[in-house]
Amino acid sequence: MKKITRLTGALALAAAVTAAVSVEAKTFKFAFQGDVASMDPYALAENFSVSFHSNIHEPLVRYDENLQIEPALAVSWEIVNPTTWRFKLREGVKFHDGNAFEADDVAFSVKRAQGEGADMSSYVAGIADVKVVDAHTVDIVTTAVNPILLNTIAPLIIMDKQWAEANGAVEPVDLGKNVENYATLHANGTGAFKLVSREPGVKTVLTQNKDWWDLPNQTFNVTDVILTPIASDATRTAALLSGELDLMFPAPVQDVERINSSGVATALQGPELRTIFLGMDQERDELLYSSVKGKNPLKDKKVRQALYQAIDIEAIKTKVMRGASTPAGLLLAPKLGGFNEALNGRLAYDPAASKTLLAEAGYPDGFDIQLDCPNNRYVNDEQICQVVAGLFARVGVNVNLLAQPKSKFFAKLKEHDISMYLLGWIPDDQDAGSVIAHLMVPPEDGGLPWNGGGYGNPRVTELSRMITSEIDAAKRQTMIDEAFGIVKDEVGYIPLHQQALSWGVRNGVTVAQRADNALQYWYINIK
Amino acid sequence: MIPYILSRILQSVLVMLCVAMISFSMFTFVGDPVTNLVGIQSTDEQREKVRDSLGLNDPVPVQFTRFIGRVLQLEFGISYQQKRKVSSIIAERLPATLELSLLSAFIALAIGIPAGIFSALHRDSWFSHLFLSLSLVGVSLPTFLIGILLIFVFAVQLHLLPSFGRGEVVQLGFWSTGLLTVSGLKALIMPAITLALFQMTLIMRLVRSEMLEVLRADFIKFARARGLATRTVHFGYALMNTLIPVITITGLQLGSIIAFAIITETVFQWPGVGLMFIQAINEVDIPVMSTYLLLIASFFVIINLVVDLLYYAVDPRLRVGRESRT
Repeated sequence: MKKITRLTGALALAAAVTAAVSVEAKTFKFAFQGDVASMDPYALAENFSVSFHSNIHEPLVRYDENLQIEPALAVSWEIVNPTTWRFKLREGVKFHDGNAFEADDVAFSVKRAQGEGADMSSYVAGIADVKVVDAHTVDIVTTAVNPILLNTIAPLIIMDKQWAEANGAVEPVDLGKNVENYATLHANGTGAFKLVSREPGVKTVLTQNKDWWDLPNQTFNVTDVILTPIASDATRTAALLSGELDLMFPAPVQDVERINSSGVATALQGPELRTIFLGMDQERDELLYSSVKGKNPLKDKKVRQALYQAIDIEAIKTKVMRGASTPAGLLLAPKLGGFNEALNGRLAYDPAASKTLLAEAGYPDGFDIQLDCPNNRYVNDEQICQVVAGLFARVGVNVNLLAQPKSKFFAKLKEHDISMYLLGWIPDDQDAGSVIAHLMVPPEDGGLPWNGGGYGNPRVTELSRMITSEIDAAKRQTMIDEAFGIVKDEVGYIPLHQQALSWGVRNGVTVAQRADNALQYWYINIK
Repeated sequence: MIPYILSRILQSVLVMLCVAMISFSMFTFVGDPVTNLVGIQSTDEQREKVRDSLGLNDPVPVQFTRFIGRVLQLEFGISYQQKRKVSSIIAERLPATLELSLLSAFIALAIGIPAGIFSALHRDSWFSHLFLSLSLVGVSLPTFLIGILLIFVFAVQLHLLPSFGRGEVVQLGFWSTGLLTVSGLKALIMPAITLALFQMTLIMRLVRSEMLEVLRADFIKFARARGLATRTVHFGYALMNTLIPVITITGLQLGSIIAFAIITETVFQWPGVGLMFIQAINEVDIPVMSTYLLLIASFFVIINLVVDLLYYAVDPRLRVGRESRT
């Protein structure tokens, strides 16, 4: 009997070994239109870089597939007093080089992210101090009450203090000082994947972290990841169709049909969190770029509404976006905190009403105005502006279109050297509050330069301040609704749509497409 | 001889300075680099701080002088986007471009010259007409279209060649080469043909017209009259006289192959300096852009200098002309 047990035991062991060996390597090859800026996670707070780094490093709390907050390096948290949050850290977590993850690393990371050369200020500016309570407990003290602290710090990933100190990477690269930094090409996190090699602009290779604390809870089978940037749309599509890639994004809208009919890949589309809209100069007494002299037609609500109702959003959706957009009534996408479907309706497309409104406002023959537009920032940005110009012309408003590369456009916008413009907005913290603070508070009330037309309303400004510090979720929602309601009623902006995320995925590969366009490798399975 | 060389070198330095100045003043029109250096929600003070630390608030002449001063010390600065030394980025990327360009030049010569000779000697043959009409296609189709067509046929339809990248590379000291691996060689084929096509047709047409010209010359008639073998007349006398202008043009074209590799590199995502330049323009990465332009300008200047010196050595008329003037 004993003998038999031993035999079965040996057999079981042998079976287990074979099973372990037969887990074959699955390499996931994907392309994005650009490259990660740097391996230093704090170098640039740009969407693609932040999402790439979240595969190597981890934050205290992270977003799941549906953009809900879930524990990551922190297992639990509580609010000690309105400006102090206490986080219990996960025990037994190790960085890729074997160092243990402890409270010191959190304090170090926040400090590094706040320092010179780091571009993380929108996440850490409101943190006054990080107090290490014990090796696995930290207190985060905020400068003011912050009801959405978890959202704010979700993109802030934790670096290893010992590693940074040992390699002279305590501070990110300061461009003024002309010296390189170890962290630009190397990384050491706690996350699901480890950095194997990095050739900037050419190829970046990652491999699975077998000691990842969350590995037992996940069901992905990708073992290695290769990122290649491919800038040319046509080449990116060809590389997917020829089977050299498992995934590429963005899939160009003009190629979506070709991808879907190829039989080897499918375009995966879903609404993105970015809202595209038109802004209007409402602060000057005379527009900078218009035929109307001595007054500002855009200060008149009737004119703004006339322009709104002149826009045939369905035409933009079908003709320009080829169906890959969701018309919007708010400057806030569904799935974002504070979104209210009841407010998301649009003013109807009605050229006749538009003409009447213009005549009532004193412009029966319309007027000329310049529309500023980026041409390499959003999906089909320049084409959208061209269609808008055509639609405005139908009601008598002649548009002089100035479409420029983003670096020129944004500089002009921030100077408010603009009369009418197209912009897209996605809040860093996935919350309505920052949309209001960035776009709906005028400069004289401490607003930010992104409010390019200087839109303002005293009540909205007041609400914006209240929203920033209201902890009670229901009360906060009422305030958000009121603020958006006012802006909508006054036609402070003309919302257009949320563009669609568009990924080209090889058949046989399953991924989770998160609405913020983040690609997380631990949701990927390859057949 | 020495004053001639010195004057040529002095001229080259002046050309380099002009290129540097023009490219530098162009950068003020490219846009604000700070837009790409910080996230969209950063404040104005942060932006101002970045701008100050990069010296972007100084007047353009001051920035230019500082730039030249650094270049003279072979210090090209740190890339805004990659946060690494521009010199090391270029050193990484240059082998890819040089391998591609040299192979393209080789293809262009190896096919262009024989095809040119053939179509000159057998003007009315079926092949000559084919070569000529094909060369018309090569001259008139834009490079990116040829690249996309090749990708569509050989990568998407036939799955024979990779559509992008350089394949596996082998590191030989500072030089990364794709010539030693199968995937590297496969990856090289389509970009090299795409880049070579225009030069190939150019060389073919040049050889053909030069050869036709030479074949009508008196000394060829005399050679024929002397009863020399057709072979000797064609390849010993006619071809040799044809090749002098061809060599000159080829030398000059090598510079433009390297410079025009930008388009081919973009289509095939070939990780060379041309692709790096395009990425730098998109991100307004001024240190990378200015260094690239200086590098390309220096290629042109050096090639021109060498060609000029070769002229001096080869062409006795040049020497005589100079001496009679002095």
